[in-house]
Amino acid sequence: MARRVGLEVSIACSEAVTLANVDVIAAYPITPQTHIVEHLSEQVAEGHLDAEYIKVESEHSALSCCVGASAAGARTFTATASQGLILMSEIMYIASGLRLPVVMALATRTLSSPLTIWGDQSDVMSQRDCGWITIFCENGQDVFDQSIIAFRIAEDRRVLFPTMICMDGFHLSHVIEPVELLSQEEVDSFLPPYKPEYRLDPHRPLTMGAFTMPDYFMEIKKQQDEALKSTLPVIKEIWNEWGNRFGRYYQPVSCYKAEGAETLILIAGGFSGTAQIAVDRMREQGKNVGLLRLKLWRPFPHQEIRDAVKGAKLVVVVDRALSVGGQGGPIAAELRSSLYHLKKRPAVVSFVAGLSGRDIHIDQFVEMVERAEGHLSAGKIPDYEMFGVRE
Amino acid sequence: MAELPAWKNINFACIVFEPGNAREYLTGDWRSLRPERDDSKCVKCGECWMYCPDAAIYQDERGFYAVDYDYCKGCGICAKECAHGAIVMVEECE
Repeated sequence: MARRVGLEVSIACSEAVTLANVDVIAAYPITPQTHIVEHLSEQVAEGHLDAEYIKVESEHSALSCCVGASAAGARTFTATASQGLILMSEIMYIASGLRLPVVMALATRTLSSPLTIWGDQSDVMSQRDCGWITIFCENGQDVFDQSIIAFRIAEDRRVLFPTMICMDGFHLSHVIEPVELLSQEEVDSFLPPYKPEYRLDPHRPLTMGAFTMPDYFMEIKKQQDEALKSTLPVIKEIWNEWGNRFGRYYQPVSCYKAEGAETLILIAGGFSGTAQIAVDRMREQGKNVGLLRLKLWRPFPHQEIRDAVKGAKLVVVVDRALSVGGQGGPIAAELRSSLYHLKKRPAVVSFVAGLSGRDIHIDQFVEMVERAEGHLSAGKIPDYEMFGVRE
Repeated sequence: MAELPAWKNINFACIVFEPGNAREYLTGDWRSLRPERDDSKCVKCGECWMYCPDAAIYQDERGFYAVDYDYCKGCGICAKECAHGAIVMVEECE
């Protein structure tokens, strides 16, 4: 029987990584990721986890160590947030280009400036195009589960991509939630030891990351793009297997009261819990509203999201990130692009809200839906709106 | 020129499996200036050989230091460093 305990979500992540029996951890502490790596360093120091814990001088070095360790065939983990992630940015692209199954936990936090430690998804979005599988988590159990599943996905020979799991900084990383832990045997039965197909080995020399000329680069990029897109059915298969074993099923886009709904809210991450309560309230008032949670950000589940919004008139996208000077919310922009070629498609209203730790309350979700319906009936939909900004 | 591989036929993650295959890539065609040695001035000191950053200079059977034009990129360091003025850079015309 699974043990159900109250755990800080960061610690649940570390416990999962311990159960995943990683070989190498290289990380640099940064708020609000600190508790994850602090607890892992304790796990190693106290002998609960037989891993190499590399203390580094920066996040750039942390991910560089992970790349080296992964290339040598180790199961490798790191965690970061915000400025740490963008300091890793150079190596993010390298890890995915080299197809190394590094796993990262990201306690999502705003990018400076102005300097802030609070949460939103601007750090994730800054790495949108780096070629990592990117998964949003919604609650503590989800974080625990994905922290194990991520290794299985990343290391699958049909995948071999670095994988990032995102939990809302503070709103998720620092709260205590009930989490069902799994035993070592249960995790081992789901996650076999990592057996790399290619690795740096003096007895079998090979070169990773060689210099490339223009007559090869585009073919290599095409291969990477096709490969990342082809991971989607494998991710779904692995999530399904997890569900069959442990009873918790995950989907690239999950629907709540979305069947036949005229209006849908689309959001990624922990704030979807509040949106769910807002949907319940609106349903009680007789409004035909549902909720879509975007779980998989890369590879983007185009077909799944097209299917999910098919019958709706209006999709209200709530983004916790802003593409400054661009199209506002990154998820809204992605959705619009995904729907553009369809003959029949719902209107998409984009709100940017909840930046840098600002809450989005239940009644504010209701207000966003009402505003969006107003835009739709007036026939004038703005490109995007920053919601709740003082005028 | 050999036919280049389609994207599906490129090695996984562009991994190179044969060691030392950089020699197959003839970088000499980057060259716009070609070093030429004047045997009457060359004293076979080997300074050009030491300075060449691409190891594209070798000693021939007569003891002179010759240029391997398959790999010489035409940087001109040998001509600059030759204490006897025995190397001049000339335009590659074709």
